[in-house]
Amino acid sequence: MRGAFAATLTELAQIDSRIFLLTGDLGYMALEPFANKFPDRFINVGVAEQNMVGIATGLAEAGFLPFVYSIVTFATLRPYEFIRNGPILQHLPVRIVGIGGGVEYAHNGASHYGLEDIAVMRTQPGMTVVAPADAQQTRSALLATYALPQPIYYRLGKDDKQMMPGLNGQFSLGKIQKIRDGSDLVIVSLGAIAVEANRACDLLLAQGIKASLLLVSSFNPSPTKELADYLQGFDNVITLEAHYASGGLASFVSEVIAQQGVSCKLTRCAVENTPDGITGSQKFMHKRLGISAESVQRLGSTLKLGALF
Amino acid sequence: MLSGTQIRQIIIEQSRRAGVGHIGSALCVADIIAALYGGIINVPQVKDPERDRFVLSKGHAALALYAALHLRDFIDHETLNSFCADGSRLGVHPELVCPGVDFATGSLGQGLSFGVGAALAARLQNSFRCVYVLLSDAECNEGALWESIMFAAHHQLDNLVAIVDLNGQQAFGYTKEVLNLDSLADKWRAFGWHVDEVDGHDLETLKITLAAAKGHSGKPKVLIAKTTFGKGVSFMEHQIKWHYSPLSESEFIQANRELEEINV
Repeated sequence: MRGAFAATLTELAQIDSRIFLLTGDLGYMALEPFANKFPDRFINVGVAEQNMVGIATGLAEAGFLPFVYSIVTFATLRPYEFIRNGPILQHLPVRIVGIGGGVEYAHNGASHYGLEDIAVMRTQPGMTVVAPADAQQTRSALLATYALPQPIYYRLGKDDKQMMPGLNGQFSLGKIQKIRDGSDLVIVSLGAIAVEANRACDLLLAQGIKASLLLVSSFNPSPTKELADYLQGFDNVITLEAHYASGGLASFVSEVIAQQGVSCKLTRCAVENTPDGITGSQKFMHKRLGISAESVQRLGSTLKLGALF
Repeated sequence: MLSGTQIRQIIIEQSRRAGVGHIGSALCVADIIAALYGGIINVPQVKDPERDRFVLSKGHAALALYAALHLRDFIDHETLNSFCADGSRLGVHPELVCPGVDFATGSLGQGLSFGVGAALAARLQNSFRCVYVLLSDAECNEGALWESIMFAAHHQLDNLVAIVDLNGQQAFGYTKEVLNLDSLADKWRAFGWHVDEVDGHDLETLKITLAAAKGHSGKPKVLIAKTTFGKGVSFMEHQIKWHYSPLSESEFIQANRELEEINV
């Protein structure tokens, strides 16, 4: 997604001179298309994320559209109070771009994981959150939102090759993207890990269980009513996200269920515990943390079988 | 022309009326604010995109800024008199809803980064406007501030002027005892800034130094302005208590009397 981001932003920068790209010394071998085309509109501020957000605030006040770029955790948690007191409280169009949500930086360890970014960003009513599932959706989401007047947080995956089947790059702010319809249960996912949710649907289907798959790709505005209406006809919903169980997608779905009075049981497939330091590939970590397609399949078949007895 | 005493009189009157503290910090920067708003900061209209920008990074001294904005007719008397009242646009720290406030502040260590962005924006837009940031000395405890200091020097933002209110005091005591800043001028100099050490209560020197800072030297500039906490009210000067404490009626009367005597 970072390749799609850099390419799309470079295109947009050709037609919109307000666009600037700031990085906290990250994005080597990713941001060059922009940096080479617009060297005067690309600033490596050094390893200083707080200052980067503050500078973006000052630039935005003067009419620029600054994008600040780093790894998810360094883009969100390190400068969080600057983000709140800067672009959010001053109502300025700063864009925070975080790369590698969840455990995408697998071997790099827990310091590089992004497991609470959606929670801290979503809790700010003035911050729009955009979390695309693949490169194509990254492009359409960026095109659809880049010029909005409010601050935006983009949570992007590293992978540019992985495609979300059935999505075809669709993005509509504050809406659900429906990937497949099934009658037995609903799976809701967000971001790059949605491909695992899709694989879970296939695994379940092989067992004769038909699951619907919905994507939530944005918050503030959030697809509250639309999701409630969809869940109305189901007994079970499973959420899958590369994020802690609290504050992210699972919390959003539970809020929808509780507030809209939907009679549908939520089962969360998310990171439940603080990482213990054991490392491995992303695939290994998804399995170990219980957020793989197989984890969802197990939960789905247990729910379905449970309903039979 | 603005005088520090005019600003101090408003600070005393409003803090008494509202029963709110942070008086010592506001009194301390009154002369610096008087210099800035008495001819240095160019603000034809509060929303003019070409106006100079001001960031009160030590947001807790907002009452001094409100006083100057009132004396410059950017906020009327009714608005000034609403300071800290229910529904007021004027709180203890400056918010954007107050006319003439360019950046809301209150969390120390952030204002200079906004100012750096504003100065960079001015340069990118080929504008001659300048950016002024007023910092407290204890604010230099904040690590993030030094990120901004480094960036401004590296990018030669010579349209950026910082003023450090060097009063030597912070909430719990003297900066020497809490976290020693000495020598602050040497630190800024080592980070690549042009440093002027001035008396923060000498209005003429402040104006001359600030006017000279408008010149393009290839370096951002900082005035290390030596000040007296609580300046202008004898029983407040150097007293830690007046970081937070509000005024009693008798203290108010005495403070007013002292300021009137200066004004005569």
